[in-house]
Amino acid sequence: MAKMATIYIDNKPYTVKEGDNLLHACLSLGFDIPYFCWHPAMHSVGACRQCAVKQFKDENDTLGRIVMSCMTPAVEGTRISIDDEEVRAFRKSIIEFLMTNHPHDCPVCDEGGECHLQDMTVMTGHSYRRFRFKKRTYRNQYLGPFVNHEMNRCIQCYRCVRFYRDYAGGRDFGAFASHHHVYFGRHKEGALENEFSGNLVEICPTGVFTDKTFKRHYTRKWDLQTAPSVCVHCGLGCNTIPGERYGLLRRIQNRYNGAVNGYFLCDRGRFGYEFVNAERRIRQPLMKRSSLPVPREEVMQHLSRLIYFGARVIGIGSPRASLEGNFALRSLVGEDHFYTGVSAMDARLLEKIIMVLAKGPARSSSLAEAGAADAVFVLGEDVTNSAPLLALSLRQSVRLKPMEIDKRLHIPEWDDSAVRNAAQQEKRPLFVATPYRTKLEEVSTQAYHAAPDDLARLGFAVAHELDNRSPAVKGLPKKLHTLAEGIARVLSQAEHPLIVSGTGCGSEAVLESAANVAWALCRKNRSADLCFAVPECNSLGLALMGEGSVSDAFKAVHDGAVDTAIILENDLYLRAETEDVNSFFDKVRNVIVIDHSVTGTASKADVVVPAAAFAEGDGTLVNNEGRAQRFYQVFVPDRDIEESWRWLRDIMAASGRPGLKHWTGLDDIVQAMSNSIKAFKNIAESNVPAGYRITGQHIPRQPHRYSGRTAMHANISVVEPKPPEDKDSPLSFSMEGFSGQPPAGLIPRFWAPGWNSVQALNKFQSEVGGPLTGGDPGQRLFEPVQESTVSYFDEVPGAFSPRENELLLVRVYHIFGSEELSAMSPCIAESAPGPYIGLKPEDAELFQVSEGRDVRISINDKEYSLPVKYLPELPSGVGVLPAGLRGLEGLELPAWGRINNQAKG
Amino acid sequence: MFTEKEKKELEKELSHYDYKRAACIEALKIVQRNRGWVSDDSILDIAEFLEMTPDELDGVATFYNLIFRRQVGSHVILICDSISCWVMRYEDILGYLQERLGIRPGETTADGKFTLLPVPCLGACDGAPAIMVDETLYINVNRALLDDILCACDRRQP
Ligand code: SF4
Ligand code: SF4
Ligand code: FES
Ligand code: FES
Repeated sequence: MAKMATIYIDNKPYTVKEGDNLLHACLSLGFDIPYFCWHPAMHSVGACRQCAVKQFKDENDTLGRIVMSCMTPAVEGTRISIDDEEVRAFRKSIIEFLMTNHPHDCPVCDEGGECHLQDMTVMTGHSYRRFRFKKRTYRNQYLGPFVNHEMNRCIQCYRCVRFYRDYAGGRDFGAFASHHHVYFGRHKEGALENEFSGNLVEICPTGVFTDKTFKRHYTRKWDLQTAPSVCVHCGLGCNTIPGERYGLLRRIQNRYNGAVNGYFLCDRGRFGYEFVNAERRIRQPLMKRSSLPVPREEVMQHLSRLIYFGARVIGIGSPRASLEGNFALRSLVGEDHFYTGVSAMDARLLEKIIMVLAKGPARSSSLAEAGAADAVFVLGEDVTNSAPLLALSLRQSVRLKPMEIDKRLHIPEWDDSAVRNAAQQEKRPLFVATPYRTKLEEVSTQAYHAAPDDLARLGFAVAHELDNRSPAVKGLPKKLHTLAEGIARVLSQAEHPLIVSGTGCGSEAVLESAANVAWALCRKNRSADLCFAVPECNSLGLALMGEGSVSDAFKAVHDGAVDTAIILENDLYLRAETEDVNSFFDKVRNVIVIDHSVTGTASKADVVVPAAAFAEGDGTLVNNEGRAQRFYQVFVPDRDIEESWRWLRDIMAASGRPGLKHWTGLDDIVQAMSNSIKAFKNIAESNVPAGYRITGQHIPRQPHRYSGRTAMHANISVVEPKPPEDKDSPLSFSMEGFSGQPPAGLIPRFWAPGWNSVQALNKFQSEVGGPLTGGDPGQRLFEPVQESTVSYFDEVPGAFSPRENELLLVRVYHIFGSEELSAMSPCIAESAPGPYIGLKPEDAELFQVSEGRDVRISINDKEYSLPVKYLPELPSGVGVLPAGLRGLEGLELPAWGRINNQAKG
Repeated sequence: MFTEKEKKELEKELSHYDYKRAACIEALKIVQRNRGWVSDDSILDIAEFLEMTPDELDGVATFYNLIFRRQVGSHVILICDSISCWVMRYEDILGYLQERLGIRPGETTADGKFTLLPVPCLGACDGAPAIMVDETLYINVNRALLDDILCACDRRQP
């Protein structure tokens, strides 16, 4: 328990955490103090002077002095006034001063209506402009496809640089010049290089940095229909708030979840949403025999004939579809005919991860916990590109805490620049062992690059150092042994060590070795956590539901036992090699695809049914932590588009199959799921049922200022339509309803009176920067087994040995391009790299190729030709291929490839 | 590209610090001393040398008024326009300088000889009005003294 202190605010006593800064304390108590430079995740620097309060020595002090609340600690007996006339005048004058150079262009500013500067100006009461001189103006920069730049609006709070450089580790952005012409931007125009640049949009309290994708279909915040959602672009499940108007998804904003993403999103998650609006969307049922969309009734009739009782039907699920969609499919085809639809390799890896998390003594860490670890060992995963926000968390984990720096310095944790100054370049330990050089190495203590088997050997060696019951590694070179010893020593001295691994390098041995390290630490009474990156938003959820991979499904078809295959939101061409997928399609008589976008698989289908994209439906996803998270429908899509589970339910009903499901709303199917699958037993525990009302009212998806309700459809009919009904949640597609704060999982947007910007969030947390009031949403599905007797994995792979004329090919991940859905969004596609093969220059020389030239390489008897890119830090004998690369998506890597460039040519 | 002389000076400076980037201000001064100003190319060179990004280095370079990121004349005249010099009517000498050089503060003469820049206080208030030409401080400046100074500069022309 933190020590508490009584402080007096305008002569009334309050209890606060001792040592917190006064701004933090007062905001947490619900007071309004204007501020700019302070940010709950980046703390105080005292740069803007906006947060002034008056402090008094004691009750007899009537004069007091003005202090910055963000830079003053709360101690027992602190007396301050927020309301004091002089300090109010001071705050008003600060804003007036900041505004002297501001262009007052709110009507044409994208920030308008959700601008912290507007809010603070109104709060301080500066309402009359006296400044009548020329304002300074700047030239703006092109910063890439994500972020728009309009420097004239800057008030020099320095939040942007502090986020971009200090927090996110970006180095291509900065503050230039001084006094009244400070400039925030890049040395030279060009796309921002940091993966988290989109957060500038929310970090900047003004309209300097705004969302460029949003600009193309701009709508004021008060006109956006929003609902709580979850990012679908990697396995971390960051919480988001998508916004819609006129049937178009217009932007994604962060939805704070103290245990998951906190205040931030990665650029893939923020800007990857445009696939929902893309041409590729499937909006009506399609049938092969007709070139036109087919009416729903006709499709249902046709489907019921294909799926009649007795037909041999298999279902292939998907790790990018909701649990409910997968469960409905599994219910339709029966457990024995349901395949999870991941590649054979992913199926093995995910099964292993679940076994480790469910049976072992190590806990799966949340993103927030990862950021608080005090020693980290990354084994085999390029987190920046495969689980971006985890990289942002790990970047915070390496920061020394002030008490570790020097007890005598007495630096409060929130005094950001003092803490950074005292820490200088000193960092907490972070070891990174991956096949290729990853960006996280910028902040690592030590890095090691090797083939997956050698990475696993390092992991096993560390585990053995920690506990000799974990198997030893034979023939370990001296250097590696020393490295392993060093890592083991550091991990065992840490209080909260964290082991990070994942499916990235496609190696079960790597996962096993990571588990051994964590388990060995647990057995030394360290609270070691494990964090596994998984490929997709519901990879773990799906793996909890069933086993069979696509290869198993193919096998079933080859064994001749299938008439019809139903494929749910899945492109099989990403899961297996093209020939295998093609021969599967040749063998199955009828292929039914339920999906939201046209894929290679959808174009092979006999019937295509339009599924809801994430913002158009409700469902549950299980993230890499094992946290089940509910996402809610944001808007009602075109008539024929529906959640997959609803289509499947109706198909089931129409086909007259047994076990007809009376699922009317999401709650019903979730209940059914929790009854029939053990892993999901407590999944509904933290859900708010659809019938939930506050004072008899729904929670409105539309803000109370939503405009044009009666007019927006007048071109179709002047009769105002009744708002659509929501059978799945307590949210309504309307502006009417409960106007207060809903339960944490149901917050459709952050807004509070006087707080129109994202910073209204302060009002939704139990303590500023802490959990949302009532607890952060989500339901963890597994907890570690305290007295676990699970035995160590004992198959230590042999050392990797390079082969002549061959390369071991592993995947290299790219935040933009490696993930299927975001890659359908134009701004992400624009940022994706072209095809290449990464080689060590020495290896390239052996094969007589050079950078930029094509290399011909055969993998599994098929030849590919790819331009060479030099990656000097690759281990020799290893090459890398970008994940998600067109034409190579279905290849199972690691695999050996034979180089055919021998003779020079 | 650095000259041999610059390189030596830079190396020497580096030896004083634990981290390369700590030498960035000195590095900028060295280049400016040798070339009169710090060009975009120099920024790239110095940044590479100190293992900084140009963004990081230029943030420092542009922060300081007296690190010149644009080419200046052979002689830089800093004229104080702060309070003591204002009391002592610095405008007179400023007016005279503008007249003689045909430029306003912030500008460089067409022949590239002189750049005129305002500074807020040269720390010579007791001798106000004050100016500084290149490295030399002049106090109690009047027209006659200015004539001498400009004349001397002309003579020192390379
Ligand atoms: S650009 Fe925005 S965040 Fe950066 S200093 Fe200016 S107002 Fe602050
Ligand atoms: S880290 Fe993953 S879940 Fe989070 S925003 Fe990025 S892609 Fe989405
Ligand atoms: S918020 Fe306190 S000085 Fe800026
Ligand atoms: S005011 Fe001019 S030298 Fe100080």
